[in-house]
Amino acid sequence: MIGADAMVKCLEEEGVQAVFGYPGVAICPFYNSVLNSSLESILVRTEQNAAHAASGLARVSGKVGVCAVTSGPGATNLITGIATAFADSIPLVCISGQVNSELLGSDVFQEADITGAVESFVKYSYLVKNPEDIPRVFKEAFYIANTGRKGPVLIDVPIDVQNAQISKFKYPTDVNLRTYKPTVKGHAVQIAKVVTALNKAKRPIICAGGGVLLSDAEKELREFSNRYGIPVVSTMMGIGAMPTKNPLYFGMVGNNGKPYANRAMNESDLLIMIGARVADRAVSQPDLITNNKTLVHIDVDPAEIGKNVGPHIPIVGDAKHIFFDFVKYEIDADYSDWIETLNGYKKAMEPKRNPNPDYVDPAAFITMLSEKMEDDGIYVADVGQNQIWSCGYHIVKDGQFLTSGGMGTMGYSIPAAMGAKYAKKDKQVIAVCGDGSFQMSMMEFATMKQHGIKAKVIVLKNSYLGMVREYQHYTYEDNYSVVDLSGSPDLEHLAKAYNMPFIRVHNMDQAEEAIDKFLASDECMLMECLIDPMDLVK
Amino acid sequence: MKRIYSVLVENRSGVLCKVAGLFSRRCFNIESLAVGETDDNSVSCMTIVSSGNQRTMEQIEKQLNKKLDIIKVKTFDEPHSISRELMLMKVKYNKNNRRDIVELCDIMKADIVDISKAHMMIQICDTPERIKLMLTMFKSISVVEVARTGTLALQKCSENEKE
Repeated sequence: MIGADAMVKCLEEEGVQAVFGYPGVAICPFYNSVLNSSLESILVRTEQNAAHAASGLARVSGKVGVCAVTSGPGATNLITGIATAFADSIPLVCISGQVNSELLGSDVFQEADITGAVESFVKYSYLVKNPEDIPRVFKEAFYIANTGRKGPVLIDVPIDVQNAQISKFKYPTDVNLRTYKPTVKGHAVQIAKVVTALNKAKRPIICAGGGVLLSDAEKELREFSNRYGIPVVSTMMGIGAMPTKNPLYFGMVGNNGKPYANRAMNESDLLIMIGARVADRAVSQPDLITNNKTLVHIDVDPAEIGKNVGPHIPIVGDAKHIFFDFVKYEIDADYSDWIETLNGYKKAMEPKRNPNPDYVDPAAFITMLSEKMEDDGIYVADVGQNQIWSCGYHIVKDGQFLTSGGMGTMGYSIPAAMGAKYAKKDKQVIAVCGDGSFQMSMMEFATMKQHGIKAKVIVLKNSYLGMVREYQHYTYEDNYSVVDLSGSPDLEHLAKAYNMPFIRVHNMDQAEEAIDKFLASDECMLMECLIDPMDLVK
Repeated sequence: MKRIYSVLVENRSGVLCKVAGLFSRRCFNIESLAVGETDDNSVSCMTIVSSGNQRTMEQIEKQLNKKLDIIKVKTFDEPHSISRELMLMKVKYNKNNRRDIVELCDIMKADIVDISKAHMMIQICDTPERIKLMLTMFKSISVVEVARTGTLALQKCSENEKE
């Protein structure tokens, strides 16, 4: 057995079904060994999308997403994908081939110091110099990626290590890392303090972040909120933690969120922030969420607590465990007046839009689409105006909402939807992007066609980089600079080139029929919605 | 506010780079950094002196603890620790100031460890403040080169008994 066989065997041991990637000489031993395994290799059309696809898979399956690329440009192309996963704490194991270990450091063809380059975007990285280390390194990598605060781990394997003979293969049963022991269980004293605070509070609110989804604690959150009647708002990464129409859910917070969600958070007297980083887009003024209220901050990563805001009650632990502990207590409080106030805000403060009837209104369209989607459908939003409309108007029932929240990486939706659809073949998976983000990853149609992955794509076309245009509209008085997307391809022709069905929607009169047709098709399909180029999210 | 971080790390290549990278990426300040193996050769000790406000100091400790190559982070301030720094200093001398230099070394408890016709090398191992004082005292003498280890520190022995 050679190193490459061992790498593949490790992936099999971890229950990996698919590797998203792009070969090159330095990773060829690995890809040769993959041929004799149960693994499916999915050939993406550029490496960045391998990481996004693995991220999509990880987010819908709860498993670690795996990608494998070659050395040098293959590895550097992967960096944006790794950074995107890191920002959203998505568990990935990224394997990169490397030049011969004896040549390391001599700047040979396709050599890049990838472990050095990704240092600030990975949870951990390995450069494997001894082939006998492969089983231990893979075991650790999967463990590190998918425990504690999840995140990407990179394994860089020189070609000679992949080709070297291994005396015997034994996959370790457990991991022994003296430097890594994540805390998942919350401190009982701190939990009791929160319960006391809840008993005293008149206006409590939970702000759920992506950590709730990452710890698979949606059910526990809903149970906790329902049982005691505590209202919930979410960050962008926390969308889907509560069904949109749950009477206790009051929308997404932040500068692109619902005004009533922000008001609810600011006026609360007890704010339970769970699995959220308190980053600038969600909380632009951290002092507003500590003034006149008790702030509870719960996160599995101790470094997040106190990083952007100093909480009154910090709890380190995993969301699922902590909700589990919370519901053991009886809380004797009635928050119905507060809920009533919030419902009043919701009614009065719902943003009003003035859609242009000559075009598709993205807000109404997204609402209609999500109402018609299956209950457990997976909606993948890209980045830009389309993302903000999706966050504001997509209705999550019992499905998932995926987007690149932390890094805001354009082009995320198509490859992530591809990975999600690969993992959940029986579920509806729809990517919604703008015409800018679409052109950053439209090459993945070929991957989907090649591997029979039937995710669907909707392009909200306004012929502008809309989010930047909107910024230039407000900040530079409509002096547009480098935001015009003329020169873009005709999507009907493009769909034809990929042999895919296509629908174009000009206005809302056509929307319902088009959506029905789109959802009924079991093909990988493209829909284009013409949006008023001057439409704004605010 | 000044803090000393005594950081036990896995003695592997690349770890220094990760720790230094963490400080630069998060805009934490490093006043001095000294690294060496401990009694266990799989473990190195990094002594980092940093300054900043309370929140920064806390973040440094938390972010260090998050790194997977870091085994243990101890932090202490100067009153609770013994700190030392080693400095080698090469100075140019002549017959007019030679006596002054020797006298200064005597007062500062520094040793002259090497000498040639016109140069001598002085070694001093003392607290960071005394090293600073030494440099001030030698301002009027022509200093050719200086090399410093950076601060090394351990918690006072009495702190162990408190634990």
